[in-house]
Amino acid sequence: MFGLVPASHAAGSLGSLPALLAFSTEPLAHLRLLDIFVIAIYFVMVIWIGFYLKGRSNTSEEFFMAGREMTAWIAGLSFVSANLGSLELMGWAGSAYQYGILATHWYWVGAIPAMLFLGLVMMPFYYVCKTHSVPGYLDLRYGGAARSVAAFSFAAEMILMSGVNMFAMAVVMKVVLGWDISFSIFVSSIAVAIYVGLGGLRSAIFNEVLQFVLIWGGALLVPILGLVQAGGVGGLKKQIMANMQSVTGVHGDSYFHLWRDTGSFAANPMGVHWTGIVFGLGFVISFGYWTTDFLVVQRVLAAHNLRAARMAPIIASFFKMAVPFIVILPGLLGLVLLQNNDGSRRQLVGEDVVAACTVSSASGQVEDSSACSAAMAKTTLPAEYQQKVLSAAPDSELHSYNQALPLMMVRYLGPGLLGLGITALIAGFMSGMAGNVSAFSTVWTYDIYKPLINKKGSDSHYVLVGRLSILIGVAVSIGAAYLVMHAHGIMDYVQALFSIFVAPLLGTILFGMFWKRATAPAGFLGLLLGIVFSASLFMWVKLVPAALANVALSPDAKPMAENVFRALWAFLFTAIVVIVVSLLTKPRPVAELEGLVYGATKLPTEEPVPFYRNEYMWAILVVVIFAALNIIFW
Amino acid sequence: MHGSGIPIWFFIGVLLLIYGGMIFGYGIYEWQTASYPPLVQLTELHTPVWWGGVLALLGLLYVVKFRPRRAGK
Repeated sequence: MFGLVPASHAAGSLGSLPALLAFSTEPLAHLRLLDIFVIAIYFVMVIWIGFYLKGRSNTSEEFFMAGREMTAWIAGLSFVSANLGSLELMGWAGSAYQYGILATHWYWVGAIPAMLFLGLVMMPFYYVCKTHSVPGYLDLRYGGAARSVAAFSFAAEMILMSGVNMFAMAVVMKVVLGWDISFSIFVSSIAVAIYVGLGGLRSAIFNEVLQFVLIWGGALLVPILGLVQAGGVGGLKKQIMANMQSVTGVHGDSYFHLWRDTGSFAANPMGVHWTGIVFGLGFVISFGYWTTDFLVVQRVLAAHNLRAARMAPIIASFFKMAVPFIVILPGLLGLVLLQNNDGSRRQLVGEDVVAACTVSSASGQVEDSSACSAAMAKTTLPAEYQQKVLSAAPDSELHSYNQALPLMMVRYLGPGLLGLGITALIAGFMSGMAGNVSAFSTVWTYDIYKPLINKKGSDSHYVLVGRLSILIGVAVSIGAAYLVMHAHGIMDYVQALFSIFVAPLLGTILFGMFWKRATAPAGFLGLLLGIVFSASLFMWVKLVPAALANVALSPDAKPMAENVFRALWAFLFTAIVVIVVSLLTKPRPVAELEGLVYGATKLPTEEPVPFYRNEYMWAILVVVIFAALNIIFW
Repeated sequence: MHGSGIPIWFFIGVLLLIYGGMIFGYGIYEWQTASYPPLVQLTELHTPVWWGGVLALLGLLYVVKFRPRRAGK
């Protein structure tokens, strides 16, 4: 799942993936027997966990909420792991290659404040009202209409995104390892269907924690060995400063600053402004994702008590702050360390350039040399290398930004370790997909099937519906993957779903949770009209690309800026609708808002604990580290 | 994991122990026979040996600490 990867970025990086299927070049790596064993053992383990947990997933509370008995550590690691998909890993490593540590914003300001807010402020309401899902909270607060809008949009988003990511991952496996697309799709999705279908959320959470450890075990070596070869952080910085301006046109120093060059859209390579980063990304997108996206919130709802539910996002935030070490750093190291076979520096390019220079497997020549030439003219590839590409000379293959991380893995990881690295990528994909289907299953069963189709089913009936919905969800995801393969134009639209829904949902939930006056019609209309408004902005830029300057308020804005500003406007629009409609309609009595709204809820008092187990103490530590990191990399 | 049953940390320990053992073993073989993969960098650091060793030790620690008979206590 893409999580916080802005849709246009994701689309830009993955939109031309189908064209890459025509690749006739050799895969990046060849696995040895030891690597195959490593991958096979992983699959055996995750499926075995599913069978082992089947006996503990008999009731709906066990199947959908993991019995609400997860510790803070398990819930926290699962919370951050469900977001740590392999496409994020590779996509952001590629972004770091392109933009330097500006990409880190999506891990720090784009996550940490929201995670703390979820843990300390919002979690009590989610937890006290005992909702099974985020649409379920909307039902309690605003009624069935708002719940249905959220449930249907969320269910569609989960399944379609799962399919798109499944396809994108299969393409990556084809490019990196030469694996058949259908083989990757079916093996990984059937494994997920088995272990989530058998063990429910408990199995998904168990495996997400396992996958989190594997991701670190498989990916951590790359930055360590890269730093050794680059001469440490000082050596890396020196080499980037010395080389980058002449190659990319961007001052090398810009690669190491988070905020310094965000005073204008034109001053930084990402084409974003700090207002967009702070308000669009840091507030609307980030809070929308981390506090209202049921995919991640479901993990915390499974905690065994309120304190654990509050601690889980705080624990997760420590790991989230560390993720750039295995994602951003390899991208930066790739800038100076990746080499062509002749020893020259390897320059990565966009997926569009790679696709434009596809070599025909029949003729062995570039299929459309004029398109290839035009695409390469926009890059900083040396003229000599461009000629080699055009003549399809040996050792002249092009690699995209998204391949920065796999290329670094291939560079440093030998037999066994490479298998572990590939397992990390597969684990990342499967944890995201398991998150999608388990969240889909809960929303389908509790927020669509139960209220709208069969209100009087037994508990075991709903568990059965949940299991079947996982199988159906995986089947629809596979269908979506093949749909994208054959009609890849829809990929951009599917990937935009997250960014279209997130801001209106955030606005609706925040007003519902913190404003007693917000009414049921306001919640429903705010959510519905907010989605329509957000989708309209998306379509406007899609149909009239020049409109980007209007949406992002600058002619220098780049696609990255579109998402953050679109989210900001959609949130403000939703807020206006909710406020206006609330003031025109009759509010619910305050007594009915107990457990749902700030100021109308008596929160349970928590037992005093030593300071080292207190959530506020750990939250303060997170804030201090977060502030220090932003100052150090200012 | 709260409640009865095998803790997730035990599963993690088992997997790390298996992986660490396999990678460490291969690293020793590679070192002894000097049969390094041609395109891999920094082979002189014998990464599979020490990284495999770290994974195996970590796995062993988790297996011992979270073995099922203790989880029920």
